[in-house]
Amino acid sequence: MARLTAPPQFLTTTLGKAMRWSQQQSMWPATFGLACCAIEMMATGTAHNDLARFGMEVFRASPRQADLMVVAGRVSQKMAPVLRQVYDQMADPKWVISMGACASTGGMFNNYALVQGVDQIVPVDVYVPGCPPGPQSLMHGILTLQDKVMSGELAR
Amino acid sequence: MSGDGSPGPVDGSDEMLAGLTDAVPSAEADRSVGDDVIRVPAPDLARLAQAARAAGFEMCADITVVDYLRVRRVRFEVVVNLLSLQHNRRLRILVPVTEDDPEVPSLVPVYPGANFLEREAYDMFGIRFTGHPDLTRILMPDDWMGHPLRRDFDVGAVPVQFKASPRVS
Amino acid sequence: MAEPTSTTDIWVSGTEAPEVSEWMVAGTDEGAQEMERHETTERSVEQRGSRVVDDWVVDDTIDDDERMIVNMGPQHPSTHGVLRLNIELEGEIVRRVKPIIGYLHTGMEKTAETLTFLQGGTNVTRMDYLAPLHNELCYSLAVERLLGVEIPPRAQAIRILMTELNRVSSHLVATATNGMDIGALSMMMYGFRERELILEFFEKTTGLRMNHNYIRPGGLAADLPDGWEEDVAEILVRIPRAIQDYEDLLKENPIWMGRTQGIGIITADECLAYGVTGPTLRAAGVPWDLRKAQPYSGIEAYDFEVVTGSRGDVYDRYRVRIGEIHQSLRIVEQVADAMPRGDYKTGDRKVSPPPRQRIDESMEALIHHFKIYTEGFKVPAGETYAAIEAPRGELGCYLVSDGSGAPLRMHTRAPSFSNLQALPIMMADSLVADTVACIASLDPVMGDVDR
Ligand code: SF4
Repeated sequence: MARLTAPPQFLTTTLGKAMRWSQQQSMWPATFGLACCAIEMMATGTAHNDLARFGMEVFRASPRQADLMVVAGRVSQKMAPVLRQVYDQMADPKWVISMGACASTGGMFNNYALVQGVDQIVPVDVYVPGCPPGPQSLMHGILTLQDKVMSGELAR
Repeated sequence: MSGDGSPGPVDGSDEMLAGLTDAVPSAEADRSVGDDVIRVPAPDLARLAQAARAAGFEMCADITVVDYLRVRRVRFEVVVNLLSLQHNRRLRILVPVTEDDPEVPSLVPVYPGANFLEREAYDMFGIRFTGHPDLTRILMPDDWMGHPLRRDFDVGAVPVQFKASPRVS
Repeated sequence: MAEPTSTTDIWVSGTEAPEVSEWMVAGTDEGAQEMERHETTERSVEQRGSRVVDDWVVDDTIDDDERMIVNMGPQHPSTHGVLRLNIELEGEIVRRVKPIIGYLHTGMEKTAETLTFLQGGTNVTRMDYLAPLHNELCYSLAVERLLGVEIPPRAQAIRILMTELNRVSSHLVATATNGMDIGALSMMMYGFRERELILEFFEKTTGLRMNHNYIRPGGLAADLPDGWEEDVAEILVRIPRAIQDYEDLLKENPIWMGRTQGIGIITADECLAYGVTGPTLRAAGVPWDLRKAQPYSGIEAYDFEVVTGSRGDVYDRYRVRIGEIHQSLRIVEQVADAMPRGDYKTGDRKVSPPPRQRIDESMEALIHHFKIYTEGFKVPAGETYAAIEAPRGELGCYLVSDGSGAPLRMHTRAPSFSNLQALPIMMADSLVADTVACIASLDPVMGDVDR
């Protein structure tokens, strides 16, 4: 008579942890390329740097399907309402990374045309410094965000 | 001649410029740092552009404005940059425009490519191009007040704000 | 003059027009800002330009059910940034297109007036972010023309080397995104793979992958690094091999040819009338290249050809770009073989700081160094225009100095800005699916358009 020999196959966890883990592991970014930083964001996604290693290569064009908005580049006064609208269209839970000096503070363009920091219009979770931040910096920012989500600090 | 990006061979002497100034008597030919320039009063700009087009300047490369606030008596100067591919030379037309009546005839009928360039000049300096088909703001939002590249328009720099970060013991 | 037209309120079609209440406007929910009623006060009429008769008159010949105005962008994956198009469709056919730009307006021309001539490079390099070195070169040439300084041969040769490599990397991105937009996703991966090779060399030389501020008025920021010969040699071997990959993938690919041949045609005359330059003009059959016609930085000493097309369609523009990559590599090879020795910046003490050893020895040299980097050098009053052949066409810099340390006015003739005017012509009466092909083949960089 055959007996069940395989070890019992189950895991225990808390619901919160499981949720955080799944949020962290399938965070799909929305393409919000604005300026020079967007080129580096594209470089991050393509072969050489390969963002796919972190489960984030699926850049979604539609904000409805995205969890993460990478604001890559300078936000002008004309673009700001559009950016806010795209943010509002994203489904919860959602996170924002501000990529580059311009998105974080206006960068070297302290003038009439730019919003001096995208945090004036949307809540930002991680700021990535640099002008432009290299692909490695962006990846570091994304990994930081993932860590924070996993640790519960930024879990939604 | 080469090495500094200045136009290469100039064909003929200045027959071409002489032809243009003959066609529009109010125009004055001049040189500026090695380039040909023509100064012309605003009302004659369209006529001069037509003559230039007929003389072989096929392309209107650029239109811009300089604000000489507190430098010159006539505040604005519209700068039209023409390019001739067949003669391989450039021509710059300088048009002084007063502050009270910032009006210049549009070049869109002569050079369709002047469309965006004139809209930009209007947006940034408030120069009105009469006869332009769609003189609206192009770079700034539609409800923007003022013309940002005028020298009396503030740069709009926001000073750095330092937020307090109190000690927690 | 026509009556001032007021802006139209936007609401979802098929529903009743909403009564805009205070809270709807205040809370930024979807589209609420758009619903705000814009008052046409006397003052704002001119500011908004709404005194102008609307271009979008209803065309009676088109069946009403078929006509539709589609808004594309400014946040759209294949508009190469933040371009927005209003497209009037009749069924599947594009009838009219109106590009709406300004979503990336950065006020760089205003910022340039607050920076000294030496600092200006950091500003202009961020305009066309796929060809930063071209921006710097153009700006530096304009400043140098006003200054009247001579640039040593080595600096000129390095300038050509770097800008031609930059042209290669820019065209690689152009072909990569062109491929991706039409559906050849592998092109995206390929293009960026090879671009990385050039960017690594740039990083080694200038310290940054993009936005280098390497070419400065008076010369360069630094000499080439040790071992640059090997890096350039590797680029010269690997890129042509990679281009062969692209050619295998695309050149005779029936889908690619079907999607690009005969699409987005623009004739030479239209190009000239609308101020279109660069690969778009050359693909229409006009052999106009400022590197040949009005050479700069000693580029006339090198041997290369102007690549042209004949039909002026998307496919020809792609062929021209591939051809130009080969020609640029040819120039790079010649420059690398005959790199002159000497200084990498002008010896003119008015413009360039004294060498390092002198600063240690002499107080005057220290003061001089300090002054150049804080006050900047003075540039004689005058106005000038310098133009070079950037990857997207004629890039010009119109510079006015009043004799002080900062420009009175710095204006950039942006190639993408003028090229964008060709879009409505290319796209008129084409299929809606070809829209992205047309945009991609024009290769507009929005940073260049809006500045
Ligand atoms: S931070 Fe630098 S690279 Fe990024 S958008 Fe601003 S200027 Fe461009």
